[in-house]
Amino acid sequence: MTSNPDYDVIVIGGGNAGMSAALTARECGASRVLVIEAAPEHSRGGNSRHVRNLRCMHDQALGVFQDSYLESEYWEDLLQVTGGRTNEDLARLTIRESEACFRWMMQQGVRFQPALGGTLQLSRTNAFFLGGGKALLNSYYRKAAAIGIDVIYESPVTGITIEDGKVQSVDVTKDGQVKTFQTRALVIASGGFQANIDWLREAWGPAADNFIIRGSPFDDGKVLRLLMDAGATITGDPDQCHAIAVDARAPKFDAGIVSRVDCVSLGIVVNQEAKRFYDEGEDFWPKRYAIWGRLIAAQPDQIAYAIIDAKSSGLYLPPLTPSIMGNSIEELAKALSLDPTTLKQTINSFNLAIEMGEFDHTILDNCHTSGLTPEKTHWARTIDSPPFMAYPLRPGITFTYMGVVVNEQARVMFNDNKLSPNIYAAGEIMAGNILGKGYLAGLGMTIGTTFGRISGREAASHAG
Amino acid sequence: MQDKTKETQALMDEGERVMNICNACRYCEGFCAVFPAMERRFSFASEDLRYLANLCHDCRECYYACQYAPPHEFKINVPKVLTRIRRQSYEEYTWPAGFARFFNHPVYMLFLSMVIIPMVFIIFGVMEHGIDGLMQVYTDDQGSFYQVMSHTQMVSVFGLIGLYVLLAFIMGWLKFKRDISHDGTKITGWQDMKQALKDILTMRYLGSSGDGCTYPDENQSLLRRNFHHFTFYGFMLCFAATSVATVYHYWLNYPAPYPLLSLPVILGTLGGIGLIIGPCGLLYLKKKRDKKPSDEIQSSSDTTLLLILLFISITGLLLMLLRETAWMGGLLLVHLGLVMGLFLSMPYGKFVHGIYRFGALLRFTSEGRKS
Repeated sequence: MTSNPDYDVIVIGGGNAGMSAALTARECGASRVLVIEAAPEHSRGGNSRHVRNLRCMHDQALGVFQDSYLESEYWEDLLQVTGGRTNEDLARLTIRESEACFRWMMQQGVRFQPALGGTLQLSRTNAFFLGGGKALLNSYYRKAAAIGIDVIYESPVTGITIEDGKVQSVDVTKDGQVKTFQTRALVIASGGFQANIDWLREAWGPAADNFIIRGSPFDDGKVLRLLMDAGATITGDPDQCHAIAVDARAPKFDAGIVSRVDCVSLGIVVNQEAKRFYDEGEDFWPKRYAIWGRLIAAQPDQIAYAIIDAKSSGLYLPPLTPSIMGNSIEELAKALSLDPTTLKQTINSFNLAIEMGEFDHTILDNCHTSGLTPEKTHWARTIDSPPFMAYPLRPGITFTYMGVVVNEQARVMFNDNKLSPNIYAAGEIMAGNILGKGYLAGLGMTIGTTFGRISGREAASHAG
Repeated sequence: MQDKTKETQALMDEGERVMNICNACRYCEGFCAVFPAMERRFSFASEDLRYLANLCHDCRECYYACQYAPPHEFKINVPKVLTRIRRQSYEEYTWPAGFARFFNHPVYMLFLSMVIIPMVFIIFGVMEHGIDGLMQVYTDDQGSFYQVMSHTQMVSVFGLIGLYVLLAFIMGWLKFKRDISHDGTKITGWQDMKQALKDILTMRYLGSSGDGCTYPDENQSLLRRNFHHFTFYGFMLCFAATSVATVYHYWLNYPAPYPLLSLPVILGTLGGIGLIIGPCGLLYLKKKRDKKPSDEIQSSSDTTLLLILLFISITGLLLMLLRETAWMGGLLLVHLGLVMGLFLSMPYGKFVHGIYRFGALLRFTSEGRKS
């Protein structure tokens, strides 16, 4: 390394984690900080442009939060969704830091709003960004400009020079020109690899071609690959990801929140063979929606159809695209290119198996089926009032979990369990340390902010 | 006419497309009244769109916060499409309908109000008094203003036109009311009226959580709200000055001109200063504004009203200062001409936004209480 490198701290990726790192590094005294962003300015911030909220622990009412959400409960929630596939030290660190993250974000000019409308069930645990993720990013970038952080756009990283686990410089390719920046410390916050279909195919086989990528098309995992090639230790399986059921008619990339289909728990879901394959009424939709991506990925041709009848109109969040309708089951089957006889059979046996209780979509009610495989355990109502409506569903990938192993200082681990002295990771690229599988709403933001701030602080202290 | 219908249909289709995507997203629900009102709906007929458009204060927070703003393929630009629908709604409610075209051509209105009508006043003045007569110097004791135009003339001309303007407003309001209560929602109620009035008087939706709105660029600022306050309250003070003067004239038998420290002059001077600071500030912000969420025609319409108000207050203040000089006659005629221009432009220009904004807020309050 030259005695006076170009930067004290370089941050790769300008999303929530990256900006948390850059702003914190600057706060902690690093004078020359550079954020390298692959996307153009209008699409900056990777998946953070599509996020909405932060899950935050609090001992008492705090800002937009009511009541309390204690570490123990937060930890139980996390344990439950991951089935124990989590690094407890890092997970508890994230939980404990979450309250400080909330306060720190407000200091950066981020505005919060209480949960409203369709997200009320999260009002105790999650704070919502006023205007969502893009507004959050705007606050960060405004602050970054005010305190003198350099940002370059449309600059994908194409090389990182690492010697013995220690970063020397970063190569950026902009307009076909390679530029090299030397740095004392490096924070990698470049996200997952979900927009890289070739890589998804390695994990999922040809099924990956039918996936819809909900987030930024710039999250191609190229920086993760550079780290792997340099010998970084990897955690998580390549096929683990946050994947929900999205409207099959949504754009291939970047549709964010609006492509989600909200009526699954109100009706039934059938596959291409017109057969049901999972309990649609297992739990409240917001608690279950993150398992449906994988369920659909396991069906033939990765397609499924959520079917409801007129009774359910207006009971779910409005969709991006209107439903496909039919005045009879046959007509609907035809519109969906499903076998009408099988679909009628499926719906008939579903209707016959229903033990009608008192329908109430706001609680785990007592409307369920009996003697059906699979059962529907709540909100089971007959599908018999035309018009019948359907939404075609595909797996919608939010982000992949496989990433680099870090310690509680966010330092990246290389082969032989050696921690890098000056490379740190934050956000989706290391979320797999905490999320081996499953998902909790708002946790991605908490991990990103916590480890962004830790890596910024550590990088600044190393550079200083 | 056919083209116009098609154009309107295309605009409504775009509004419906945008609102459907917004309603599936809802990230902006904390910003203003538009989004909570949108969330109460599952479909967006033209009536709904016009209601939402009149709720929109064009603060632009939702544009800068939008993950789907252009160049994203969804091309969501709520302030722009709602501004265009709002302009269409003004046309829809115009009485008589034939004058609706002024909303599309605000420059005609500008020309009419600021050139033609003041010129007509001057010509009449010259015909009656001759140039020398107009240049004559009067003292206040001589009742300077009424030497140029008699009180009876003023009252009859402005009274008649004022009544016409009032009628045009009422007819517009009736059309508007029928439109936004098409589903049977009642939009009158004392409590709701109070709330809507409060939202208007404080410009709540240009204030956000105290940080202001993203105008003229993506940084939050209170400037726009404050300049709007100067304009609005300046206008109200001038209105109060005229009302007090009317009381003085008829009930106290005390005709103008009034001394500098009298109530009408103090109110009018303060109002006039507000109507210089406010419009100048708003025009300055408008010049600096980000054009991407703007509708250019509406913007010219805004500019037209601001310029008329600005020149009325400049001539008004000059008149107060120079009323005992040879400039009085000319200034008075130009000032009165501009005021007449304002009167005539009110039902056919930006001025109507206040009426329909109030109505939309009234409905918002009513339906919020219901749900």
